[in-house]
Amino acid sequence: MSEHIGLNQQLSLGKQQDENQYLTFLMAGEEYGLDILAVQEIRGWEDVTAIPNAPDFVKGAINLRGTIVPIIDLRLRFGIASISYGPLTVVIVVSVQIREQQKVMGLVVDAVSDVYSISEEKAKDVPDFQDSDNGQYVNGLVNVGDKMVVLLSLAKVLDLSAKQVAQG
Amino acid sequence: MSIDLSQFFEVFFEESFEGLDAMESELLNLEPGKEDNETINTIFRAAHSIKGGSGTFGFTSVSDFTHVLETLLDQVRDGQRTLTTEHVNLLLKSVDCLRTLLRALQAEQQPDLTEANELREKFEEILGIAETPTTVAVAESTADVTKSTYQIDFKPKPHLFKTGNEPLYMIGELGELGEIETQAFHDALPDIEQLHPDECFLSWRFFLTTDKDQKAIEEIFEWVEDDAEIIIGICGGIFDGAPKAAEQQNNEEQEVIEQTEKQSDSSPVPAVVSNVAVPSKESSKKAESQKNTETSTSIRVGIDKVDSLINMVGELVITQAMLSQIGEQEITESTITALQEGLAQLAHNTRDLQENVMRIRMLPISFVFSRFPRLVRDISQKLNKQVELKLLGEQTELDKTVMEKISDPMVHLVRNSLDHGLETPEKRIAAGKDPVGTVTLNAFHQGGNIVIEIMDDGQGLNTEKIRSKAIANGLIQEHDELSADEINELIFLPGFSTADEVSDISGRGVGMDVVRRNIQALNGSVEVASAKGVGSTFTIRLPLTLAILDGQLVQVAQHTYIIPLISIVESLQIDITKVSRVGKDLDVLRLRDEYIPIVRLYEIFNHKGAIEELDKTLLVVVESDNHKVGILVDDLLAQQQVVIKSLEANYQKVDGISGATILGDGRVSLIVDISGLIKLSGLKRPGTQELLVEQQGNEVA
Repeated sequence: MSEHIGLNQQLSLGKQQDENQYLTFLMAGEEYGLDILAVQEIRGWEDVTAIPNAPDFVKGAINLRGTIVPIIDLRLRFGIASISYGPLTVVIVVSVQIREQQKVMGLVVDAVSDVYSISEEKAKDVPDFQDSDNGQYVNGLVNVGDKMVVLLSLAKVLDLSAKQVAQG
Repeated sequence: MSIDLSQFFEVFFEESFEGLDAMESELLNLEPGKEDNETINTIFRAAHSIKGGSGTFGFTSVSDFTHVLETLLDQVRDGQRTLTTEHVNLLLKSVDCLRTLLRALQAEQQPDLTEANELREKFEEILGIAETPTTVAVAESTADVTKSTYQIDFKPKPHLFKTGNEPLYMIGELGELGEIETQAFHDALPDIEQLHPDECFLSWRFFLTTDKDQKAIEEIFEWVEDDAEIIIGICGGIFDGAPKAAEQQNNEEQEVIEQTEKQSDSSPVPAVVSNVAVPSKESSKKAESQKNTETSTSIRVGIDKVDSLINMVGELVITQAMLSQIGEQEITESTITALQEGLAQLAHNTRDLQENVMRIRMLPISFVFSRFPRLVRDISQKLNKQVELKLLGEQTELDKTVMEKISDPMVHLVRNSLDHGLETPEKRIAAGKDPVGTVTLNAFHQGGNIVIEIMDDGQGLNTEKIRSKAIANGLIQEHDELSADEINELIFLPGFSTADEVSDISGRGVGMDVVRRNIQALNGSVEVASAKGVGSTFTIRLPLTLAILDGQLVQVAQHTYIIPLISIVESLQIDITKVSRVGKDLDVLRLRDEYIPIVRLYEIFNHKGAIEELDKTLLVVVESDNHKVGILVDDLLAQQQVVIKSLEANYQKVDGISGATILGDGRVSLIVDISGLIKLSGLKRPGTQELLVEQQGNEVA
């Protein structure tokens, strides 16, 4: 039985094995990509409830159909100057496994851009970012057409406890 | 065809434990010599169904043991025997013993039968020396420990079912007579095409080891005499134990070949072990499934509660239909009015539904109270004290989770009352009191909380002793002046026990601090009031449920926070003349006889734009761990019940915040954690700044 299932899984996964889909969004003129399977929904910006003594990139929490979801401004997270939120500002709600816990969080970005299929091989091409603060968040850089897309590692971007230690 | 009986095990255990509880409480109600038939009947019925069930499931150790119990009860019921205190004690012990047996079986372990056998011997001794002339027959047959084995061949004719008879019942009844070994023959079973479901093709052979005579067996088959061939004969051998019939009963279609094997080695096996399932693939599977059911706890809900829920959902569906109909229409003046009405109705439905769903988790506190009569009885006997236990407000409802967690602290408090509080009868008489001491458990609702009082009319807390003990333990200094209440408070400190001797009832020095910690973990509080020679009262206050909290909405700058209502003492406007500055940045308000440190919420939470002038703000005086602080807020908003949601689930722990909730308008609001806030504010022990040592009771107005 188990062998059987295993085979099936391999077959169905076969097509995707070298191609993953990424949702991309724009921030300060750059295009970033997220694993599309982590994306739950995309919402417009709405007022949040501030969380006391939270780092500046944590804008607050919203009520997402009964669950409390923290909202993170990715610009501030990456140390880019924030801009005022407008009608195009979107919140991408993602579900990520962080330190063995599944967490739902919202990411504020400038605008959602596109969905690309990117081969795994290409995506694995990571430059050496060791000296850079933000480098740890990057999974890879790929070229789509004549644009460059930064693929993010959500688990690292959203691991708040690690960042706070670094700040302290 | 064979039915896997293990799926019913859990139900059997649940029912048996309930039966045991019922037996226990009825036994405690019994006054020897004055027993009424109804009580005895209830006990008898409980014992009987446990016996029946355990027989069916092959737990012979339980059914055998219950059998002797039942015999005694039967005689009492028939008036052949009067119940003595000794009997009641023995019966209570056997209830405990049965409980242990069943627990072991539930956990699929080999039950320890030493106690059961001892008790059984005692019962048999009692039954054996019965001398009432009218009961000679019964006494003889029951006293006769040597049992005879009958072989019963039961071959029903095919039309048996049509006469309305069910062989399974008869077999079950047969099983109640003693230990039974069953063989089923299915040679007559035709091919599936010719099989008529309403005809009986099976026949059985039973080996029944019983102390009853042949007549009892014949009685069972009385109704089917004409519809079956029945041969009853006595077997040569006399068993003193049970054949291992258990698993055979489970699947009656056992192969005949196997049977013969089994028969040949059915040498007397001690009755006790025979029923424990032989480890096999099947039983290990069973163990797994049982483990699953053990972790998922169930709750019994009254059918009326479920019915009202269904009604409400029905109403909700109607409202929803109405609203969607309005949504399809063109928007005009009239539809807007209809929409508003519909929404109001929806709000009404939702509120009702919410209240009722919460009520499902509510159980009467009698579930906790019911264990105390036994506890009090046992402890008072051990301590040679005479105690009357009064239970009040047993129907007061509270959340199941809270109830499960409150039971241990309560047991501890009651033990304490019995051990330390109540005096011995001699001392009580000397003090001019009734030699029988009273412990009262009282539960009632008070403004969204449940209050449980544990009162005793004993000697009260000995403040002198507590004081000297506290000094000896270094908890206070010799020159500290403390009020009586403050001294009483000391018993809640870790590592405090005044019992001169460490007994096994209480006095190990771990206790009251754990009690307090457990209760505080439930967002509750515990206090003690005591008067020397009159008694002491422990008061536990708990929220009704852990999921909902009564909150005071407060505003700080543009933020709305919720302060749990239970911790709020009062809210007031600050009289600026009574504020003095201590040190660099701590403002303290003199309020009546106390100094209340002022905590600026906006400062701690780092919010800008809040009102900073003391005379324009409001102060919410809260109490936590017996320390009062004033929380400075811009404004008080509504008071409402809020549903507690976790902030940690998707974020992380935030200091000074215990959780979040969603307000009526869909916004998130955070709930302030008072003790966390005090810690954050850097106040070490705000309570030590009290002006007077005497605590005024009227402050909490």
